[in-house]
Amino acid sequence: MSEWIEACGADDIDEEDVIRFDHAGHTFAIYRSPDDEYFATDGLCTHEQVHLSGGLVMDDIIECPKHNGRFNYKTGEAKGAPVCVNLKTYPVKIEGGKVLIQVG
Amino acid sequence: MSGGMVIIGAGECGGRAALTLRELGYDGPVTLIGDEPHLPYERPPLSKDAMVADAPAVKAIASEADLVEKTITHLRSVTVESVDSVAKRVKLAGGGELAYDKLLLATGAAPRKLPMPGLGKRCVYLRTFSDVLAIRQHLKPQSSIAVIGGGFIGLELAASARRLGVDVIVIEAQPRILMRGVPAEIAAVVHAAHEAHGAKILCGAGIAAINDDGRKVRLTLADGRMIDADLAVIGIGAVPRTDLAEAAGLRIDNGIAVDAMLRTSDPAIFAAGDCCSFPLAVYGGRRVRLEAWRSALEQGTLAAKNMLGHEEPVSAVPWFWSDQYELTMQIAGLADEGSGTVRRDLGENAFILLHLAGDGRLVAASGVGPDNAVARDIRLSEMLIAKGARPDPAALASPDVKLKKLLSG
Ligand SMILES: Cc1cc2nc3c(=O)[nH]c(=O)nc-3n(C[C@H](O)[C@H](O)[C@H](O)COP(=O)(O)OP(=O)(O)OC[C@H]3O[C@@H](n4cnc5c(N)ncnc54)[C@H](O)[C@@H]3O)c2cc1C
Ligand code: FES
Repeated sequence: MSEWIEACGADDIDEEDVIRFDHAGHTFAIYRSPDDEYFATDGLCTHEQVHLSGGLVMDDIIECPKHNGRFNYKTGEAKGAPVCVNLKTYPVKIEGGKVLIQVG
Repeated sequence: MSGGMVIIGAGECGGRAALTLRELGYDGPVTLIGDEPHLPYERPPLSKDAMVADAPAVKAIASEADLVEKTITHLRSVTVESVDSVAKRVKLAGGGELAYDKLLLATGAAPRKLPMPGLGKRCVYLRTFSDVLAIRQHLKPQSSIAVIGGGFIGLELAASARRLGVDVIVIEAQPRILMRGVPAEIAAVVHAAHEAHGAKILCGAGIAAINDDGRKVRLTLADGRMIDADLAVIGIGAVPRTDLAEAAGLRIDNGIAVDAMLRTSDPAIFAAGDCCSFPLAVYGGRRVRLEAWRSALEQGTLAAKNMLGHEEPVSAVPWFWSDQYELTMQIAGLADEGSGTVRRDLGENAFILLHLAGDGRLVAASGVGPDNAVARDIRLSEMLIAKGARPDPAALASPDVKLKKLLSG
């Protein structure tokens, strides 16, 4: 069962930035890329369960605030030590100025 | 037969080096030798999660299956006794020898010993997972510990012990805690957090005598005060493990001296991580030795590359973090390169001190705050430091000016 849920307004995120979104006991990270596209991944780093929303977005990379583990937020790919487990990604669409993500 | 790559020390640095050799496609023999009984593991959790978790476990860098799959031979509980750099062989304690083509010394550091009589079973150090298990036996509500030394590891242990309801007193000889680690303004915040959580801290307190009867330990301070505890944990710094290198005739200079490529004075032997001193390009080649996790990781990776002939110099800016209670400190760069600081307030009790050199270069950033409140700006500061940027101090002081802007500007 998958459903689209509203995560935030498209303008709530700066370009090349990330915010945290919690839904039904799960935490997500929502990204706006430098070329103005939106993406969503699980919100917690796969190294030590830290919120990625405190991290730095650079191009298509989110860097974890805790120990600088890096992921490609578009694909979820872990980019090397200390992170070795990929992030789960979620489909995103923009409708009426809102960011929707598909969960489940 | 070729001896392949031999790595002495199966910690962060040695473990990463072994994995990297395989990632880069090296297909000769890789032997990782460590004197601990565990898989290569991350040390930072030892004073943090492992100290409070219900079931403490090592946070392994690689699983047994990973090592097998990558055909990395991991010799556990094996101490290397000596290195013969002429014959290119290492000798193992208990007999046995191994030949090498290239050798990596990733022997790390050992706790500095307290040079005093009277130490016994109730006076311990914290460096390994086995130490954690030994210390945890004594961390029960109503029990008491005395932490000797107000450095990062001792204070992290103090915070963990408080979480377990243990009575904690920290004894620091210097006038304040974290004397070598962070500026006074940040140490004051950390000191206050410890007191708020019920840990006592005595600064400027020398220890005159220690009496350890195996069941309790009594510390007598220089001013005559006496402190009784179930356990004393000594955290007064670490010393690089250079004995093998010294005996092999390698150059030593506050650690095993390596060049920017992490090569020792013997071209077939590399050294990396806590055990080595290296020239840091961002500070004009100043020779430093770090005791920092990220550096051990990066240098392990870099050493592997250079053992395969990549010729890639160390370029990273030093970076360190520490967690105590709800606070995290992060420090990028070397603060003693600076001659003045600018304070950048980030709200929710978080702030960063930016250290500027006389010529205006940003040389370090020291931050403290709840959770990861300072993380982004420390990371951006690190990038400014790496660039040799001379940012406008007024811009640094203003939280409204994004550091990312300064980076691209
Ligand atoms: C309790 C604790 C908390 C820490 N917290 C932080 C933190 O929050 N942030 C941070 O940045 N850093 C932290 N550090 C520092 C960080 O863990 C070290 O910088 C890092 O582990 C260094 O890695 P290394 O591989 O160079 O050395 P080590 O991890 O010390 O590994 C070296 C290994 O080599 C083995 N060895 C040595 N000689 C021989 C020999 N002759 N034969 C066989 N084996 C040998 C040693 O037993 C050891 O297993 C902490 C360290 C400790 C102890
Ligand atoms: S928690 Fe993300 S890199 Fe460690």
